[in-house]
Amino acid sequence: MAIYINQNTRVIVQGITGNQGSFHTGQMLDYGTRIVAGVTPGKQGQEIQGIPVYNTVKTAMSKHPAEASILFAPAPFAKDAALEALSAGIKILVLIPEHIPLRDAMEIMAAARYYGAMVVGPNTFGLISSGQCKIGIMPNRTFVPGPIGVVSRSGTLCYQIVSHLKEENLGTTTVVGLGGDRVVGQHFIDVLREFEQDPETQAVVMVGEIGGSAEEEAAAFIRENLTKPVVSYIAGKSAPPGKRMGHAGAIIERGRGTFQSKEKALSESGIKVADLPQKISRLLRETL
Amino acid sequence: MKLYEYMGKELFALQQIPVPRGRVVETPEEAEAVAKELGPVVVKSQVLTGKRGKAGAIAFADTPEEAGREATRLLQMEVGGEKVTRLLLEEQLPPDKELYLSLVVEGETRCPVVLASMHGGVDIEEVPEEHIVKHTIDPLLGYHPYIAREICHQLGLEGKAVKSFIALLGKLYQLFQEKDAELLEINPLGLRGEDLLALDAKVVIDDDALYRQKELPVVEEKTALEKKASEIGLAYVDLGGDIAVMANGAGITMATLDLVQHFGGTPANFLDFGGGASEETAYSALELLLGTEPRVILINIFGGITRCDVVARAFVNVMQSRGITIPFFFRLVGTKEEEGRQILQEAGVEVFSSMEEAVRQAVAASQNQQGRRT
Repeated sequence: MAIYINQNTRVIVQGITGNQGSFHTGQMLDYGTRIVAGVTPGKQGQEIQGIPVYNTVKTAMSKHPAEASILFAPAPFAKDAALEALSAGIKILVLIPEHIPLRDAMEIMAAARYYGAMVVGPNTFGLISSGQCKIGIMPNRTFVPGPIGVVSRSGTLCYQIVSHLKEENLGTTTVVGLGGDRVVGQHFIDVLREFEQDPETQAVVMVGEIGGSAEEEAAAFIRENLTKPVVSYIAGKSAPPGKRMGHAGAIIERGRGTFQSKEKALSESGIKVADLPQKISRLLRETL
Repeated sequence: MKLYEYMGKELFALQQIPVPRGRVVETPEEAEAVAKELGPVVVKSQVLTGKRGKAGAIAFADTPEEAGREATRLLQMEVGGEKVTRLLLEEQLPPDKELYLSLVVEGETRCPVVLASMHGGVDIEEVPEEHIVKHTIDPLLGYHPYIAREICHQLGLEGKAVKSFIALLGKLYQLFQEKDAELLEINPLGLRGEDLLALDAKVVIDDDALYRQKELPVVEEKTALEKKASEIGLAYVDLGGDIAVMANGAGITMATLDLVQHFGGTPANFLDFGGGASEETAYSALELLLGTEPRVILINIFGGITRCDVVARAFVNVMQSRGITIPFFFRLVGTKEEEGRQILQEAGVEVFSSMEEAVRQAVAASQNQQGRRT
């Protein structure tokens, strides 16, 4: 089962001829992802890793229908490419780039609402249904099938945690990277809702961090709506206020978005908060 | 990027948002001269930190002499660690009522949001939620006067002031869009008769949009090292402790700092050199780290897209070209781990696989170093 994507999901790669685009196309194909076409304006007729390249998403879609697109365009061009994908009928849009201006991100999200599509990211590693389909840039061998759903705001920390779960023989159903920016398409609650519906997912790991209020929203949502156990880790306990910790969204502003506020909200909703990343697997074992 | 109040007010004035008449000065003499021209004035320190009123960094002067004296006093002040070098002198225009108005990017709704209140002049965080009116603007539809009418109705604002409010919010939204602002705050928004007047201006521009906002003034808030890091495309924050930390990815870097603190150590910095870094980037990051003159270095690499051999080679290069005389702790796992380990071991570097163990030992070493120095 898994959520959002599976072995049948057909994927387009926007920006396929660039360094990142072509490298990760190869990696995704290795993982088993059904990539049907690539898009780079002006490069129609080329082939990358055996995948045909087109000038526009519309042309690509007319020859190779697809549900999802992963976008590697540089930040200043990301909005244009994202709107192109949405208007061509893409329903799952994964935005890899970092540093997309907030105004552009808000317009992309509004357009996605208009077209009834979902956006993952920006500034995300993507999403992966283990053993079936990877639409992202995460290392392939870390993600093996199993009963745990994972949703995370950060990339490498998530790989670290998933790889630790794998060592403990706990594989994953789907792993979703929300993205490190302030305006992102998917929030914890969106993904939690899906995990609750997925019969294969037995428990959920939530990897949060300081900044914003997505964890607090999630805590309230879980208390009301989730029957499955949730274990979480929140990065940034030691972060000073007013400083942006790498991610645009990881900042304590005007006393909001602190570790303490998130930990309190989660604990009060009965969600276990691991004080170290490596303790997540033990907390999971206790709940399963 | 935060702008100084006077810069924000210049933007407001260009947008025809009413602001008091004022001038920026840098000396008491200039202050006196401006006060002669404007009459009774408010003298406002231009610093980026808020809470200037509470810090005593805003003064009222009824005569030019008084303005000169207050300017002398304020120009010797430091507010929140920031030296006062500029003052904004404005005509005194006491309002009948102080309101609050802001436009801000909201992550929850993924939209710009208007926040308004009849209880302005204090920190908005201190205003009870039931006194704040909130209205989301759909970016696809933009601003329309009905939004301001709804807000006025909820605020209980009546008469001709409603007309002023509709015009003001429209201009503010236009400015918000055109300048890629993430926050535009007017607090207090003065109500004088039926007119509205921006008595303060807090403007924050989205850093990621600065590439297309070239005509805006540049305000640098970073420390020298933070600036250097941003020039080479790294995320760096000074934290002032003993242990220099470098990791790949924002989340794992934060988690590493948390672990340092958990074991009783103090991190010197946050340095995320990103996923998939090249050898050059890793080299620059390490050089930057050494530049902080830490007592101990802690490197935490989980290679996903980042290759362990690349980071190991960069480290050995830095070791050989610059020499590293302080203790360092290197955790290295993931993609090309074997190759990376071999490179480091040939150079005599011990490699950890457990993040916890590397951090624990780094903290112990920093405490030993401390003992030796005192």
